Amino acid sequence: MKTIQFFITILTFQFISSICFAQGETELVNKVKAKLDKVNDYKAEGIMNIDVPFIKAAPSGVTIFYKKPSQFRVKKDGGISILPKGGVNVNLSSILAMGKYTVVPAGESVIGGGKVKVVKLLPEEENSSVVLATLYIDEVSLVIKKSIVTTRENGTYEMEMSYGKYNNWGLPDKVIFTFNLKDYKLPKGVTFEYESGEKKQSKTTSENKKGKVEIIYKSYLINKGIPDSVFKE
Amino acid sequence: MWKLLKIELFKIFRRPRTYIAFAAIAAIIFLIQLAFYSDGEAFLQFGMQSLKETFDINGKILSGYMVCFIILQTLLIHVPLLIALVAGDTIAGEANMGTLRLLVTKPISRSQFMWTKFTATVIYTLLLLIFMAVLSLVVSIAVFGTSDLIIMKSDMVVILDNGDILWRYFAAFGFAAVAMITVASLAFLLSVFAENSIGPIVATMSIVILFTILTTMDIPLFNALKPFLFTNHMLNWKGFFEDPVNYKEIFKSLFVLVGHIIVFVFLAIVIFKKKDILS
Repeated sequence: MKTIQFFITILTFQFISSICFAQGETELVNKVKAKLDKVNDYKAEGIMNIDVPFIKAAPSGVTIFYKKPSQFRVKKDGGISILPKGGVNVNLSSILAMGKYTVVPAGESVIGGGKVKVVKLLPEEENSSVVLATLYIDEVSLVIKKSIVTTRENGTYEMEMSYGKYNNWGLPDKVIFTFNLKDYKLPKGVTFEYESGEKKQSKTTSENKKGKVEIIYKSYLINKGIPDSVFKE
Repeated sequence: MWKLLKIELFKIFRRPRTYIAFAAIAAIIFLIQLAFYSDGEAFLQFGMQSLKETFDINGKILSGYMVCFIILQTLLIHVPLLIALVAGDTIAGEANMGTLRLLVTKPISRSQFMWTKFTATVIYTLLLLIFMAVLSLVVSIAVFGTSDLIIMKSDMVVILDNGDILWRYFAAFGFAAVAMITVASLAFLLSVFAENSIGPIVATMSIVILFTILTTMDIPLFNALKPFLFTNHMLNWKGFFEDPVNYKEIFKSLFVLVGHIIVFVFLAIVIFKKKDILS
């Protein structure tokens, strides 16, 4: 009888402590969200660098626009900007603004020498584009240092953020966005290519089928108002 | 020499056939521009399907630079045929009209005569290319504006910055001039053998078409042949749209093309000097 009582006590304790922990993590996520919620919109100047095995593009100056809840656009003045599909998730506010979600604690980790809390967000909506988001949150400065987002249509993305001047707004100075790649191939009969006769090594082997986009933010203009037309062009 | 050249140029530009090439190029470029103006975005979206599976592309893809690149891609395969129309006629045309025998009785050497003929052909080729450059680049930029340029290769996508493109077109047209002169010199050589201009024109076209088919077919057996085909090297104007530009390969191609020109012209002069002129 005593054994049963002991087990019931242990289980109750575990249940209560898990709820307490989850509440603690939920509170942490809410604090981060509250910090990000201060930003209604921003226009940022930055430099974008694409590191994809089959794309050659020089780093270029870009303007990044964001507006609540999830409008996001990267523009290159007089040129072309290229982002992984579903790139809207580059923005952290978009992840936290995805509606109702369940917060599941997933322990602790270390990023850049600093301790971070790991939480998983499970969207409650059936048709949410995000299936699972894992956030690595710095408890002290209340910013997300890293996130891994699994989407319904565009695979899994990983984002690493560094913070500096705009830490108070929860906006990063640098974002490294890592994503899965699909094969790229066009027939030579279509592209009419010169043949040097040298054997080329395939650059898109199965080992390096990941691409990276790095955005270094130089300055932000926060809460100055951005017309919706910017996101429709 | 200048006087002779003026006479040769007068003869070339007096013939209606000379203007067929200019008219054909103008018509093709105008039609391509019109097609892109009306439905270019849809065409480009289709062409970029494989890229768009993974990426969202924002910005102006359809620009004057893009249209010019597509025009060059299309036309630089066909322009050799138009050049053959005039270059194949240089000697054979005179033979056909019965004026060749008369010409070689004049107090100029046969070498000088051949150099003048070849120079006039080169000038015609260059004028055709300049005409094409103005229509395809200047008019396209005026109509479509400028933007970054996306080059779709078989295994690579190159995105060139707006401010880093114009010089590439000048270099590419310079390279294309050498490539077209190669075709002109081939037609010029074949022209020496014939009494009728149809022969060298059709022979040049056949060689260019056959070699171009071998160049564009991606079959291992033909791939081994490609480095030896001048039509393959003619495509290396695209090397200027690489980032970084592979100058080693471009100069290799230029060397091959200039080598062809020297051999063709040298053979044409030597054969013509030894030839019994009966027509």
